[in-house]
Order: sequence, then structure tokens, then C-alpha cells
Amino acid sequence: MTEQVDKSRPIENTTVFTSEETQRGYRLNKFAMSMCKPENREAFVEDEEAVLAAADLTETERQLIRDRDWRTIMDEHGGNIYMIIKIGAVIGHGLYQIGAHQRGETYEEFLSTRNAAGAR
Amino acid sequence: MAKIIAGIGTSHVPSIGVVHDQGRHDEPDWKPLFDAYGPVKKWLNEIKPDIAIVVYNDHGCDFFFDKYPTFAIGAAEKYEVGDEGWGRRPLPAFAGNPDFSWHLCNSLVYDEFDITVCQEMAVEHGFMVPMHLCWDHNDTWPVQVVPVAVNVIQHPLPTALRCWKLGQAIRRAVESCPDDLKVVILGTGGMSHQLNGARFGHLNTDFDKDFLDKIEADPMALTEMTHQHIMEEAGAEAVELIMWLTMRGALSSDVSRVHRNYYAPMTTGMGLIAMEDACLNRLT
Repeated sequence: MTEQVDKSRPIENTTVFTSEETQRGYRLNKFAMSMCKPENREAFVEDEEAVLAAADLTETERQLIRDRDWRTIMDEHGGNIYMIIKIGAVIGHGLYQIGAHQRGETYEEFLSTRNAAGAR
Repeated sequence: MAKIIAGIGTSHVPSIGVVHDQGRHDEPDWKPLFDAYGPVKKWLNEIKPDIAIVVYNDHGCDFFFDKYPTFAIGAAEKYEVGDEGWGRRPLPAFAGNPDFSWHLCNSLVYDEFDITVCQEMAVEHGFMVPMHLCWDHNDTWPVQVVPVAVNVIQHPLPTALRCWKLGQAIRRAVESCPDDLKVVILGTGGMSHQLNGARFGHLNTDFDKDFLDKIEADPMALTEMTHQHIMEEAGAEAVELIMWLTMRGALSSDVSRVHRNYYAPMTTGMGLIAMEDACLNRLT
């Protein structure tokens, strides 16, 4: 068997979505996945606190969503970008806003690093 | 007998779908991407495949981590447009071919590829963006489809070599189908990109261009890449590229390239390669 993910060679500023991450992030990612249903999106927009209170999340996880702390969600709590982006979409944070936050940059700073930022 | 006549490798970046729906194809920063697909649409209209096998990954639309199949194949009459979290896109549903899909499934399982068979499957950007890049549509699509979903998001992922072997098994499955069908196979995703962590936005143009060279001329070299290598070089999400190997594995060694393009405007290397299989000449 060839090891495909080499834990002795961590990739800088990268979290590989392995078994540890998907277990750690299961609740957050499952909550994000629930945003694929329009009625859940509407409920979130209408009363975010009520939806968070009813969700199977820890208080820490609820606070991360309240804080829109994408970087911590992804780096430390097993968030998967393809799921978490669904929460962002409801709130009005697109992929590139979430990306800029993860990089510790403003949206404008991030865009200035791109080759053709009109392609968005 | 059914034949795989051509293969296409293409990125499936979701923002392309938004721009398509909004009719913004001619904006200066988007035009280089969409223009590259004009000749591909024309070529497909000439070779007229009956069926498109589309190898893609589900990004949390019809599958979640409660049960995430390593390989899943559609065997439905119709594939509905899924809701990925921002509403259903205004695209027509995709017609399937259950008899052909079940033939593939039978052949693959007895060939020791134990795929998950899906009689209902909602498709999403990984599948749909390549479709509308390569074919025009109005109320219908001009080709029937077989969606093939691969786990490239939750490790352990299938190896690059395994994806290549799946392509070879798909070729054997297609060639054992007695119906006179012309099949094109699409491998989608990539190229270089990373969407998590402070390395968000990582691109590697040299890696991508080398991959485009090798997928055509030396695909076996690509099957030796580990996920670690791809992620280190091209970003954590670039592992999607192993799905291009399923496409290439389904072609013969005798292919000729008809189109190629590369454009990296934002956070993803958007690659395109289209190849004809030598068998096409024997058919026409």
C-alpha cells in the first residue's frame, strides 16, 4: 500500500480533509448541508439565533457561525469549504470573501493578488 | 457495438455557471474562457456522440459525509438539477439512458469495480458546468448522459492509478455493449486550486501545463502521483485532477488532440483538452 497523505510532510497553511477532520467537523458540515433546502435558508435569514439554537451544534460552533469566523472553522473545527460555503451563501459571504478571511486579507487586498479579478 | 470516440478534460469551476446563467460570457475577463469552448462545441456537433459519460465529484449536493460513495454511477431516466445551497439553476434536466447505464454497472461490478448504483441522482456544478461549456442547450440537451461521481473531497480518496483503471474498465464496459452508440467521456475538475486555509488561492501554472502535456502524451506518468504530491504542488483541491485519468484511461493509447486551452484568472487553473480516439476514423 502506498500512503497517499504523508502526515510527516504537513503542507503549510493547509488542512487536508482526512478522517480526523471529517469527524471533528461533522456537526458543522451537516448544519451547512442543511442549507441546500430553501426552507432552511429562509428560516436562517428570518431568525438566525433560533435556527442556531435548534441545530445540533456546540455553543463554540454556534459562536463561530455568529462571528463568521471562516478561518477558524476551516483550520480548527473540521469545516469543509464545500459545505461551509453554503452558510456563507445564505449570509452573503461568497467564496472569495471567505478566502480573503482565511488569508487574513480584506476582500480588495485579495482581489489585487489575482491575474484577472473580473472573472468572478 | 458501442465505442468511446473521444475524451475531454475540463475544469468545472462553479463561478462559470453563475456567469453562464447571467449571460456574461463576453465580459473581458471571461471571454478567453468561453471562447476556448467554441471549437469544442463545433467539433462535438460534427462527431455527434449519443452519450456523454461525465466523471465529476459531488460537492455536497446529493451526497453528504453520512454516506459518501467512492464511486457512484447514475442509472436514471432523468437527472434533475440539484440545489447546492443557492437555489436550482435555470437549466433543463438531463436525459439518461438506463439500459446503457445498467449495462455499464453490470460490466463494472463483474470486472471488480464495486460502484454504487443510483436510480435517482441530482446533479450539480461539477457535472453541469462541463455540460454547458461543451454543448448548447435550450429546453433539452443534445446528448444523453451517465454521471459518474468520484470521492475526491473526503480522504481516503481513490488513488490516481485506481481512477485510471476505472477508465479502462469503463472502456471494456462500453465495448461490450451491443448497441451502436458513440460515447464521449469527460473527466472534470481542477486544475490547480486551494480553497481552505491561508493558502487559499494557490495556483501552479507550470504544474497545470505539464499535466495537460502528460494527459495527452504520457498519462501513465500521472498515475504515479500521490495525493500528497498533487496537494503540495497544486493545492489541496487540485486532487480533483485524478478524475481526468478516468477519462484518459477510457481512451486508447492512440489519440489525437483537437483542442487545448489554459486560463488562470482567479483561484483555479481552468484547463481544457479534447482528444479524439483513433477508433473514430474507423467509424466514419
